[in-house]
Amino acid sequence: MSNPFPLPKEQLLDAYRKMKTIRDFEERLHVDFARGEIPGFVHLYAGEEATAVGIMMHLHDRDRIASTHRGHGHCIAKGVDVKAMMAEIYGKATGCCAGKGGSMHIADLSLGMMGANGILGAGAPLVCGAALAAQKLGHDGVGITFFGDGASNQGTVLESMNLAAIWNLPAIFVVENNGYAESTSVDYATASDSYVDRATGFGMPGITVDGLDFFAVYEAAGEVIRRAREGAGPTLLECKNVRFFGHFEGDAQTYKAPGENEYNRANNDCLKLFRQKVTEAGVISESELDAIDAEVAQLIDEAVAEAIAAPLPGPEQLTTDVYVN
Amino acid sequence: MARIISMKDAVNEALDQEMTRDPTVIMMGEDIVGGAGAQGEDDAWGGVLGVSKGLYAKHPNQMIDTPLSESAYVGAAIGAATAGLRPVAELMFIDFIGVCLDQVFNQAAKFRYMFGGKAETPVVIRAMCGAGFRAAAQHSQMLTPLFTHIPGLKVVCPSNAYDCKGLLIQAIRDNDPVIFLEHKNLYASTADVPEEPYTIPFGEANIVREGRDATIVTYGQMVGRSVEAAELLKKDGVDVEVIDLRTLSPIDMDTVLESVEATGRLVCVDEANPRCSIAADIAATVAQDAFDALKAPIRMVTPPHAPVPFSPSLEDAYVPSAERIAAAVRKTLEN
Repeated sequence: MSNPFPLPKEQLLDAYRKMKTIRDFEERLHVDFARGEIPGFVHLYAGEEATAVGIMMHLHDRDRIASTHRGHGHCIAKGVDVKAMMAEIYGKATGCCAGKGGSMHIADLSLGMMGANGILGAGAPLVCGAALAAQKLGHDGVGITFFGDGASNQGTVLESMNLAAIWNLPAIFVVENNGYAESTSVDYATASDSYVDRATGFGMPGITVDGLDFFAVYEAAGEVIRRAREGAGPTLLECKNVRFFGHFEGDAQTYKAPGENEYNRANNDCLKLFRQKVTEAGVISESELDAIDAEVAQLIDEAVAEAIAAPLPGPEQLTTDVYVN
Repeated sequence: MARIISMKDAVNEALDQEMTRDPTVIMMGEDIVGGAGAQGEDDAWGGVLGVSKGLYAKHPNQMIDTPLSESAYVGAAIGAATAGLRPVAELMFIDFIGVCLDQVFNQAAKFRYMFGGKAETPVVIRAMCGAGFRAAAQHSQMLTPLFTHIPGLKVVCPSNAYDCKGLLIQAIRDNDPVIFLEHKNLYASTADVPEEPYTIPFGEANIVREGRDATIVTYGQMVGRSVEAAELLKKDGVDVEVIDLRTLSPIDMDTVLESVEATGRLVCVDEANPRCSIAADIAATVAQDAFDALKAPIRMVTPPHAPVPFSPSLEDAYVPSAERIAAAVRKTLEN
């Protein structure tokens, strides 16, 4: 049967693997956090996987992304090592940031991942800088900043949209609109009903897509990233999402409507939607996807086991890495 | 042969030479070129006081005027610094840090540590600081203690044109984020400044004047005032050592401690407000590490715990004078 999708089968399998890895990573953290095994604050990305992966499938290592406090999904989609991430979240010396960053600061600059960020909206100016560097250094890298509907109201984001527009930067502003700024509804906190209108106000195109539909995200992202690489400037891309968990782990989520999470898991699960589309088209079989599920489950088990077994950073690490010299 | 130039020209020359040496050095800021997009003259301002005048003609691709969006462009400078450029972002006045501090203290300062030593952020944030311009409360602050408090930042505040050039070139070549504070009252001050590029390492204080009876530790505009105070005291037969810290982070405490061990008397002079200041920091460290050497209580000479006032009579009373500094030294000699 012919493949009706814009990606060859191998890449479809890769996309599924990444989305499933994010899902299992987050589901596992949810359980282990509740058991008291994870220090600190954890914000889970489950439910929004198609957005991160649909965008990141277009990127190379020299393309820069700036993530959010809800950053695990962006990291995995950008190719950060899952075991090093898990070790980091456990605060271990083997973590990708040597245990000094934790869940909110996972980064791997060598892969273009400029960091999860504990400050909402802080990534937008940073990505403008990365995009400016690409422009000045003469390569076709792009900068993508992710932020939620909450951080969309930060001055940093709005200033950066203006800056990117006047400098025609290869920057993309991705609004992951999951409907909630922490506990506060987007309907309450955001004056405009339309992010497309907001983009228009800054003189850049704006596109809204169903963030649960991997293919919709993939196609829209492909177009805006191509525009940016070709020097046509910035774009805002709103991906409408759902958040399966609370703002942070431990959030009782009483602000949500009764049954909202259950409904979303049953009807708005981007992984189920992907599975359904590719199997109904006959491009990938259920058993092929099941095999990936098993491999991912094993990877996450190994990541947790290795993180638990790994050493904590020693006290001699307390004051290293403050300065280059 | 001496080549006497102003500190303003020393800044311009350092920027010019570094942009020539390294095309990844860029400069961003409000009106640093001036007239962008307007119908009149290009390079109309060269910065609000003309510090970067003429650089656009030599380095058109490296001089970038920004909108009045400090968070966006300071943050962009920081982001670009992690991505292969060496940006110098100019905040017109350090007082404007309030609208972009997050990018400096939560982002640039912390990347290296948070990311386990894998980030380098070679960014310089230049700004005018200090009082004496009748510029009132929001254009006259020092804020040096604010930045010195934050691990991950380096903080520089030169006292003269020679140091300014060498320290600015060092700041641009440094791989950590540097807050570079230029006292606006010193721009017109002159010194013998070599034309060729040179660097002054961070964390090395300069003993401006040697003396046996008391030590004054200071930086920035207060160095000149302290030397004036030392001249006043000389007439009374008092021999004062004056130490110019030059950089506040890193800070050269060894030179301070050695001097206090020799003189036994310490006056800390700081143009920043007194609470949690550089003066208080030096005083606390000396009290802890060289208490036995002290022959008298440490004195601090600072402005009061008040904003910088506008009226000339008030501002002149606000900023420490040579007379106040000399009086503080005399006080230490009473013991």
